[in-house]
Amino acid sequence: MAKQIEVSDLDAYYGSHKAIEGITMTIEPRSVTAFIGPSGCGKSTFLRTLNRMHEVIPGARVDGKILLEDQDLYGDDIDPVSVRRTVGMVFQRPNPFPTMSIFDNVAAGLRLNGRRSKSELEGIVESSLKDANLWNEVKDRLNKPGSGLSGGQQQRLCIARAIAVSPAVLLMDEPCSALDPISTLAIEDLISKLKNEYTIVIVTHNMQQAARVSDKTAFFNLAGQGQPGKLIEMDETSKIFTNPTQKATEDYITGRFG
Amino acid sequence: MTTTIHVLQPVSMGRRVKNRIVQGLVWLAFAIAVVPLVSVIWLVVTNGLKRFDLEFLTHSMRNIGPRDAGGGAYHAILGTLEQVGLATLISVPIGLLTAIYLVEYGSGGRLARSISFFVDVMTGIPSVVAGLFVLAFWVLILGLGYSGFAGAIALSILMLPTVVRSAEEMLRLVPNELREASYALGVPKWKTIMRVVLPTAFTGIITGVMLAIARVAGETAPLLLTVFITDSINSDPFDGPQMGLPLYVFDQAQRPNITATDRAWTGALTLILIVMLLNLVARLISWWRAPAKGR
Repeated sequence: MAKQIEVSDLDAYYGSHKAIEGITMTIEPRSVTAFIGPSGCGKSTFLRTLNRMHEVIPGARVDGKILLEDQDLYGDDIDPVSVRRTVGMVFQRPNPFPTMSIFDNVAAGLRLNGRRSKSELEGIVESSLKDANLWNEVKDRLNKPGSGLSGGQQQRLCIARAIAVSPAVLLMDEPCSALDPISTLAIEDLISKLKNEYTIVIVTHNMQQAARVSDKTAFFNLAGQGQPGKLIEMDETSKIFTNPTQKATEDYITGRFG
Repeated sequence: MTTTIHVLQPVSMGRRVKNRIVQGLVWLAFAIAVVPLVSVIWLVVTNGLKRFDLEFLTHSMRNIGPRDAGGGAYHAILGTLEQVGLATLISVPIGLLTAIYLVEYGSGGRLARSISFFVDVMTGIPSVVAGLFVLAFWVLILGLGYSGFAGAIALSILMLPTVVRSAEEMLRLVPNELREASYALGVPKWKTIMRVVLPTAFTGIITGVMLAIARVAGETAPLLLTVFITDSINSDPFDGPQMGLPLYVFDQAQRPNITATDRAWTGALTLILIVMLLNLVARLISWWRAPAKGR
């Protein structure tokens, strides 16, 4: 079930360096929200705070509040492992588990989180691969290693792996940056299909992509080198790309940056 | 502004000559490095084959007089397998857990740094010192006497740093992306290590363990101090003196008779074969578990 995310006054740090500051936003369920902005502005850092992956890095910590429906992700008694089960993630570079077959890769999240019957697993793997538009390409070689697929197929395999555990939210960190245009198109189609069931947040450097797939767009920027990144504005995608409120946003999307 | 004329030059004579010279030096260095290896193998094989028979592999030295031919190294082969096996059982779990701590949990902390330091110190321990330590502590202070197990303890002290270092390196080679992918699926850290990190590093860890085994299988000094020497079969590594192949070679080579010297050569050949066989098994295991293979 898709869930709404409410972020209020969030700061994130790497050691003593403040990477993002004062972010407040609401991410709607069953929609695609895109984060755009120059490199180093903290989009990816912010994305990783949404499923508590940020704190995996030594010395990294977070201040502020993130509500998933009505639960605080950073509440004292919340287990980060259960947060990550609810909020799934797809990474920039496809990273299938090299020791596992295609089937095992998709089943990994379920298997590692407890025993399931074989028939149940088979059903979930098939439906996840179908949802990821990969089933027809791999159904005859489910026992082959996942690393033998092409880059675009590997990324769809990673998406299938992420949705197999049926999360409420799916975070995507530049999922197409390592892919060719055809694979990118396949994944964008997939995103539009998946938004009927999931809350999707995508970080992208490709503004056409943000304009194509997202309902809302958030623009991040930083005042200068070493300064924390901030949310400049967030609105309907059509508005951001045609009539942004802030001058910085307009400069960025029209390519007149800096 | 002067215009540069671009003419593509052939490779100059000087560079060709230098290339030839360096190539020649590299080949020479390789040949020099291979000479001792080949000559050792050649000597051991030619001298060892004389007595490499069924009797040698199935009989001990019990009731073999000083001038008698015959006799064998069954007791020594058995002893070496038991001692090295026990040493592996002791050092691999400890070493692997240490490496996991260093890579996955310690990451630059004070404890991890001091463990790293002491592992380096352990690498430099001469094998006879490890033997002396076990002799002093296990055999003399605790009074538990000579046994195969005492030898195994000494060998595991020597194996431990090699296992830790190689396992640590292999674990560090596992891309962080795989750990993150696993965390992002809501898999706890310990399960990520067990099911994702260790299987990915498995092949390399096995290779490292095999190198460590090969290193200690030929150790003589620590065994001399802890296992002692016997001519009889003692299959119980926890009680009484045992034999080991290195000890057997040492013992037989000291004797004045040609029959004994022949047995020493064959013992050395057997030891080399055992180490090679173990390596082969390790290769097979790695091949069988290789990640990118269509199964």
